[in-house]
Amino acid sequence: MTLVGAAEYSDGELSATASDDRVLVLDGIERTYTTGDVEVPALSDVHLTVRRGEYVSVVGPSGSGKSTLLNILGLLDRPTAGSYHFEGLEVADLDETDRTSVRGRRIGFVFQSFHLLSHRSVLENVTLSMLYTGAGPAERVERATAALESVGLAHRASFTPTRLSGGERQRVAVARAIVAEPALLLADEPTGNLDSHTSDAVLALFDELRTRGLTIVMITHDASIASRADRAVRIRDGRLTEVDAADMARAVAQIGQER
Amino acid sequence: MSWRDLATEAIAGLASRPARTLLTVLGTVLGIAALVATLGIAQTAGNRIVGNFSELEATSVEVTNDGGFWGSSSSRVAFPRDAEDRLRRLNGVSAVGAMGTVPIGEDLASAVKLDDPSGRNEFQIDVMAASPGLLEAVKGSLRTGRWFDAGHETRADDVVVLGPGAAAQLGVYRVDQQPVVFLGDRPFVVMGILEDVARQSNLLGAIIMPEATARKHYEYTSASTVQIDVQIGASELIGAQAPIALNPDNPDAYRVRTPPSPDALRNRVESDANALFLILGAVSLLVGAIGIANVTLVSVLERVGEIGLRRAVGARRRHIASQFLVESTAMGLVGGVMGATAGILIVVGLAAARDWTPVLSPLIPVGAPLLGALTGLVAGVYPSLRAASLEPVEALRSGT
Repeated sequence: MTLVGAAEYSDGELSATASDDRVLVLDGIERTYTTGDVEVPALSDVHLTVRRGEYVSVVGPSGSGKSTLLNILGLLDRPTAGSYHFEGLEVADLDETDRTSVRGRRIGFVFQSFHLLSHRSVLENVTLSMLYTGAGPAERVERATAALESVGLAHRASFTPTRLSGGERQRVAVARAIVAEPALLLADEPTGNLDSHTSDAVLALFDELRTRGLTIVMITHDASIASRADRAVRIRDGRLTEVDAADMARAVAQIGQER
Repeated sequence: MSWRDLATEAIAGLASRPARTLLTVLGTVLGIAALVATLGIAQTAGNRIVGNFSELEATSVEVTNDGGFWGSSSSRVAFPRDAEDRLRRLNGVSAVGAMGTVPIGEDLASAVKLDDPSGRNEFQIDVMAASPGLLEAVKGSLRTGRWFDAGHETRADDVVVLGPGAAAQLGVYRVDQQPVVFLGDRPFVVMGILEDVARQSNLLGAIIMPEATARKHYEYTSASTVQIDVQIGASELIGAQAPIALNPDNPDAYRVRTPPSPDALRNRVESDANALFLILGAVSLLVGAIGIANVTLVSVLERVGEIGLRRAVGARRRHIASQFLVESTAMGLVGGVMGATAGILIVVGLAAARDWTPVLSPLIPVGAPLLGALTGLVAGVYPSLRAASLEPVEALRSGT
């Protein structure tokens, strides 16, 4: 495995020359945690393919292995076994430096708890995601301003996150995730800390990003949120199953009746 | 990631908690201030003492033949009569003069020979013999009249110069009438009265005559002291050469008194200057370093979420480590600058209070902040490694 250089990723050459439009392919991924002598499987034999421009939701109850899957997809963790092709590149056995490089340039993260730096301005929070990937200061500010405009928060650029509402904070986090033009946007319960009204606004933002062609994988436990995606996969006890549209509609209707 | 970005991130990290940052650097401030103040006060005091040490003393070399405090008079080695000529030839000598006490026995000095039962007019006054060059060698000045010259010496004229004390006792205030003083029954013409001398102050109370005159009338054999006025910086050299020039056969017979070397003096003062305070400063600096290490560690633990986020957006372990290292180094540097400032103010304040000249090696104001920065750097190593070793997954999960 050669080192993944900055140039390969910064100019997008690698993705352009990929033979197909598959952003990521998981093949037989397993992840086992070892605590003492006990081995706990968190993911077993996971297969998943996400194509360019797809909006995929991963839905499952807590403890089902959602977070583990997100960590592996986001190159924050490496699988115990199996193969993970990201933009045509085998990343399962990359060393940490190379994984960090791919992660920083090609993957954007949106977290449930926003993870904004409370003492830095909104603009600085957005530029942070370009800090380690070689963009110059002027370019960083320019792109961050554009990203904030696209989430409708350009007028809040100089505020600190503490002065923003929850919905606004999450939109800043989205701006931060998309500013480096990643190949994949990973969202982990992005509306988990928001009320239903602001949730809708944030989800509408995701819909809009999807129409702009961004590839999105969203992890949630809420079937109604998952149903907004093109495609949903269910995770239970570390195993993935595709959910067809009818099932999803039924699940949403069921939730509607319960309410 | 450029240095500028790194500095920006580190400064933003510190600036977000200004009160804590200031309290953290306090230990370093105290340590550096103590070190700077101690060194500065030592240098100032050293300069003060060397400054006090006057040109007068620095240019005086005195050669005696009395063999020291316990030396017996019988073992004295006489100075040659041409001592002045021998020494004046040495390079670095400005003036030379010889002097010695004249043994006048029971003779008393008086200005007027008359028997006056009601008043005392005879006094016991020391009589000294001096060579013509002595006046210059002791940096003396005359109130009136003149000092004897080589002619008086050659002719062994019966002339004297009075010290101001002797003149007052004898009641001689003017010399234009050529007054006469008697030693026993022997008359001497007073040709001058001293105003003051800078060295050999025993001349002030004495009656002084040429050496040849002393030899003619009394059992005066040799001077006991040769006073040399040297150029600045020549005292060590002349001190070594003078005895050889005076007596090549037996130079060790003379005792030479030269001024202490200013360098040696300064070093002695500065080494005295309180090893204790330096140790105190070092200890405060150590405490400061531990403080920085502690707070940086706490800061790492508080900012686990931030570390996780930075790792998620592409920061490598070394980026994280260097950010915290730069933060702790910056704290040390700030502490060093503040400490150096405080230390210098203490030195200047103290010097001003005593009317001294504050003296500080230029190395100190430059070196002290660097020492502070080094302290911060060392203190930051462990917390930075802790921060860098955090797994991004763990960091993102546990932090907010």
